[in-house]
Amino acid sequence: MNQFQYLRPTKPKAAIDALARDTNAQFIAGGTNLLDLMKRGVMAPQKLVDINKLPLDKIEKQNDSLRIGALALNSTVAEDKLVLERHPLLAQALNAGASAQLRNMATVGGNMLQRTRCHYFYDTALPCNKREPGSGCGALEGFNRMHAIFGFSDKCIAVHPSDMSVALVALDAAVLVSGPKGDRRIAFADFHRLPGDTPQKDTNLEQGELITAVEVPDSPFTKNVHYLKVRERASYAFALVSVAAALSLDGQTIKDARLAMGGVAHKPWRLSEAEKSLIGKPATEATFRQAADIAMRGAKAFKYNEYKLKLAPNAIVQALKNAASVA
Amino acid sequence: MKEQLLQDGKAVGDRLSRVDGRLKVTGAAKYSAEYELPGLVHGVLVGSTVAKGRITSIDTKAAERAPGVLAVITHLNSPKVPGFAAKSNPDEPPTIGQPLRVFYDEKIYFNDQPIALVVADTLERARYAARLVKTQYAAEQHRTNFEANKSRAFLPTQAKRNPKSAQNDYTRGQADGYQNAPVKLEAEYVHESEMHNPMELQSIIAHWEAPDRLTVYDKVQAVKGTQRAFAKDWGLPEDHVKVIATFVGGAFGNGLHNWPHETAAIIGAKVTNRPVKVVLTREQMFTMVGYRPKTWQRIQMGATKDGKLVGISHESVGQTSTYEEFTESTVQQTRMMYAAPNVSTRYRILGLDISTPIWMRGPGEATGAFALESAIDEMAHLIGMDPLEFRLRNHTDTDPEKNKPWSTKYLKECFQAGADRIGWNKRQLKPGALREGDWLVGYGMGVGTFGANRGSAKARAALLADGSVVLQSATTDIGPGTGTAMVQIASDALGLPTDKIRFELGNSLFPQAPSQGGSSTVNTVGSAVNDACLALKKKLQELGGTSFANVQPEQLTLTGGQLGLKANGGPRMSFADLRKANNGQDIEVTIESKPDGSTRQNYSMYSFSVHFAEVKVHTMTGEVRVTKMVSCADAGTIVNQKTAGSQMIGGAIGGIGMALTEGAVMDDRFGRYVTKDLADYHVPVHADAPPVEVFFVNKPDTLVDPLGTKGIGEIAIIGVAPAITNAIFNATGKRIRELPITPDKVLLA
Repeated sequence: MNQFQYLRPTKPKAAIDALARDTNAQFIAGGTNLLDLMKRGVMAPQKLVDINKLPLDKIEKQNDSLRIGALALNSTVAEDKLVLERHPLLAQALNAGASAQLRNMATVGGNMLQRTRCHYFYDTALPCNKREPGSGCGALEGFNRMHAIFGFSDKCIAVHPSDMSVALVALDAAVLVSGPKGDRRIAFADFHRLPGDTPQKDTNLEQGELITAVEVPDSPFTKNVHYLKVRERASYAFALVSVAAALSLDGQTIKDARLAMGGVAHKPWRLSEAEKSLIGKPATEATFRQAADIAMRGAKAFKYNEYKLKLAPNAIVQALKNAASVA
Repeated sequence: MKEQLLQDGKAVGDRLSRVDGRLKVTGAAKYSAEYELPGLVHGVLVGSTVAKGRITSIDTKAAERAPGVLAVITHLNSPKVPGFAAKSNPDEPPTIGQPLRVFYDEKIYFNDQPIALVVADTLERARYAARLVKTQYAAEQHRTNFEANKSRAFLPTQAKRNPKSAQNDYTRGQADGYQNAPVKLEAEYVHESEMHNPMELQSIIAHWEAPDRLTVYDKVQAVKGTQRAFAKDWGLPEDHVKVIATFVGGAFGNGLHNWPHETAAIIGAKVTNRPVKVVLTREQMFTMVGYRPKTWQRIQMGATKDGKLVGISHESVGQTSTYEEFTESTVQQTRMMYAAPNVSTRYRILGLDISTPIWMRGPGEATGAFALESAIDEMAHLIGMDPLEFRLRNHTDTDPEKNKPWSTKYLKECFQAGADRIGWNKRQLKPGALREGDWLVGYGMGVGTFGANRGSAKARAALLADGSVVLQSATTDIGPGTGTAMVQIASDALGLPTDKIRFELGNSLFPQAPSQGGSSTVNTVGSAVNDACLALKKKLQELGGTSFANVQPEQLTLTGGQLGLKANGGPRMSFADLRKANNGQDIEVTIESKPDGSTRQNYSMYSFSVHFAEVKVHTMTGEVRVTKMVSCADAGTIVNQKTAGSQMIGGAIGGIGMALTEGAVMDDRFGRYVTKDLADYHVPVHADAPPVEVFFVNKPDTLVDPLGTKGIGEIAIIGVAPAITNAIFNATGKRIRELPITPDKVLLA
């Protein structure tokens, strides 16, 4: 591991200042991903700014939303009474992620900022444009079984690994950040980026910006929700494909719907067109299949992830079925 | 809680808790990397980034200048290892050839081959400096793609040299006689390499206590074998090398060979004159120790419509490195399991630019059983017969390969017990017939077998002043609970409660014992312990003088701090008086115990198992869940139902990994594994482990050894993978012949 400077500020401003002046610095909270990356030589920050002492871990009810502090632990959020009542989809997604031990360390902000698990990103002996711009994409012609079917570029076909973010994008959450230029609010759907020509940038955060909270607006999606995660073992594995599905039902008629996928793109993948197709329709498998077909428009597979073209629509149908059948 | 021998019960067969369980769960047990030696420093290995070629330059200057660095060792500056120059070629299976000579020359044989060791005062500094080593290569075209190179597979050298080697082609009856059957099938089976990932990483502390005296705390399965290997490497008398492996955190076969990192640590200790610790990283576990090799198999099978096998032909190609020929018994079960009159087997190996494989639990047999037991299931389906009935119709009461009687075989009892417990009667002949909501349900079975081996071993037994007995033998315990079983065996042999007995292992100073491997430790070392205890009683009897002159040793017990008769009354003599008669010394014996060669000649000796699995397969996502397993074993006497049961459960879960999740992926463009940590290489987690019910026939086989044991370790996994894959077929009608069966394969099948 490289030598690095370690700071532990107690005020957000001090943390932001520490990062704003130093492009080779990183915030660290739970460290569940960053420490791995440092040990593997993938990231080598010269300065770590430990933000665990900042007062950013509250979960609070606001007028028409729930505000979840960036330092709230994944396990805390998943068990929180307000979250369970108002946003059970978020709790399900959190519990689908990682292991109990990791959820006890990982924070909401850190979860959003975890890096891709692409094999080529992790191995410094192999090419990766995200790790080393210009070195090439190892996965494009390589072992791309876990990789994207939407929104990729020829520079990068990696996927974002977070489960929580899939639920948050479905729930129209917003990310609150503080930075050297002040505070701002980013719609969750605009927080993560597509790779384009700059896959080294995962998000639209600017240098020195600190996530302070996530705001999840109140919604009717408090009951008929399901987070479906398909993975290679029953627990503790990244998604092959995941689906966050939320329905607002009037009898058997769909009044409103939310749908997003994980494991298919460089960012959590909101399925707005498919959502629209559901509204006003009966909650039947035929309706769900139609929405899945719409969701899959434009999907393209690589050598080893052809199966996702079948798995993803099936998972959408299954998640919607499960959501609809919650009594 | 103290476990005591029941008053009139026997310790063997009891559910004694592990004698070292408390040490393990409290962290008091010391594993190889945990010894705190004065001056201990840390070594980190640098691996090559090409799969084949030569190192043209290696720049270590920056690493040498890094803080805390004591040495950077490469082929350019490594002290010569005397055994390397002799080109010592251990002409022994399973790895005929030249084991990798670390830092010997500039040649690269596989990707991530260790090319430098950085030694520093802390692990972090060593790891940092290791990253500063800059290497240039003249890369050569590598071959790592199994399929593309399969036609280059060859007959192993040991078979070429020795016509009696079991690796030669085998024919019984007519070659490829299956062809004459009315019902025929041909199927190819493949499994990817399975990587050794026990909880404890491979680790060693090497310490030169004097220029010609080496001590290693090393995670190995053979302390004596390791002692011999390092003595030979360094030109030392064997007793100048001490090997300690008191606790081993799971090994499954990867400690049966000595690997480059061990010699690297020893070289590092020589160069720095400090004890050097090297712990492989999880990623290095994929390249710097062995693994279960990727294997392709083809089965051709013929049967009559009423379910009699006419013939089986079984061909297998397993991968190995270019510098060692690793071989295993992949086609063995096909030769002896079923009463087929015509059987042909062909075993080949394929040398690729990869590291050398090694045995992994139930080694070749588990690989072979996947193909054979799948094909049996396929044939049963073809002729429309229950696969259990099909197996019964082809059951054999003598070994058809060797034409000898079995020493014991209670496989039919296992079938019955397993079928009852899994609920085999729920199984439908027609696949895809059972459904629970979105899940299809299926049942499958797979049979396993492994030789009931016994070797020779020595054990020392000593009666101490406090009235306890200590036993020593240089075996290891890689997890099964060896010490516990030995204490039970000794308790019965001595007539002494288990809490008065201690068994010590994992130290090369102790009397000779073979490696812990091949399911033979209880058969081999248990017999030596039993014999040593009887010899100790005999010695006590002699020390007891005339009052015990006319008594058989079997009649004697050591209960109550006295030598006496099992029956009430008769002579008694206190341990204190016996010691006096021994000039106040500990009373001890060392004895060697060997199998009876002629008995082994006359019988065919195997353990048998059958595994039953209930699986659910999701109709929409292709996910497979094993929901219940029953594992039944004919393994002779069960010394300890609790630890033996745990061993069976562990094997079943390992088999779930083999069937559903485990398989390393190589990117052949780089000749480098891309799934090489536990996030990408999936071993089953708790949520994947169903209830596993275990049944033991528990009938002794005293032809194998006097205790009647046959061995459990391997048969716990052999046959598990096909039980699961057959259940997947029964659930879905999809026959997937490539392991692991991940959801994508189910969906696209």
